[in-house]
Amino acid sequence: MGAPYFPVEEGTILSFARAVGDPNPVYCDAEYAASTEFGRIPAPPTYVMSAAQFDPDYPLRPQPGTVWPASPGASPGADHPAWTAILAEQHFEYHHPVRAGDVLSSTDREGNRWEKQGRSGKLLFTERFTEYRDQNGELMVTARTVEVFTERPIGQR
Amino acid sequence: MALDAGPLSIGDNREQVLVDGLSRTQIVMYAGASGDYNPLHTDEVFATKVGGYPSVFAHGMLTMGMTARVLTDWVGVGRLLSYGARLLKPVWPGDTLVARAEVTGMGTEAGRRTADFAVVTRNQHGETVLAGTARALVELAPGG
Repeated sequence: MGAPYFPVEEGTILSFARAVGDPNPVYCDAEYAASTEFGRIPAPPTYVMSAAQFDPDYPLRPQPGTVWPASPGASPGADHPAWTAILAEQHFEYHHPVRAGDVLSSTDREGNRWEKQGRSGKLLFTERFTEYRDQNGELMVTARTVEVFTERPIGQR
Repeated sequence: MALDAGPLSIGDNREQVLVDGLSRTQIVMYAGASGDYNPLHTDEVFATKVGGYPSVFAHGMLTMGMTARVLTDWVGVGRLLSYGARLLKPVWPGDTLVARAEVTGMGTEAGRRTADFAVVTRNQHGETVLAGTARALVELAPGG
């Protein structure tokens, strides 16, 4: 998994900033952004999550010719359907600011897996490390993700 | 937009309303922007009938993305060195979220001053939905 070609664009930054409810003009006004230390429109802190758009095999996007959403066992070794995964933790380290015009690529590495018995059945935790590099191979952002695959709905009041 | 470290000290804090009554539409906006179309977030029929949840709910990364604003509005965009969080409770349509960031330490990294923050986001019931930390540069590079 990963996004081999993840272009960072002004339009996608605008959509992302709107989606997280951030009206900061630096995300939508190229002239203003040019007057800041970045010179170009910067990406919001969690923007690299949208690498999912550029992952050809991303399981949480309907794909032509496949059943949506994929059921258990639909992909090799996947006894847990992707949609049962809930985000438990996310950590970013920022090495350089990501800006519109950068072309990133991301690579994922699987980390640990562990199980817990929760009030709502068995919980499978999976850890993943992701590196985002720019067009020059420079490491821009590293991330650690912990997801929990759930047997039954969790966290309800 | 850059912050001068001068006025910052441990214990300084800020609170910010992130969203007042989260709409299903905003959750769908986040799905479209992030590329995460999990039907638990985007399809009410699926979330209730197949997922067994009372309704769709927000992506954890929507909560974390919204929460980032309490930091970037304070220290400036592009100044974070790290930002991490645990997602502790689901965020539902109609929820109102307030984030609070507090300075927990000051330091230096590669000769530039940094500040450490604790970040907590709570819902209208006072429940913590997100707890995290961040480190930010609070001093420009020499000549920057």
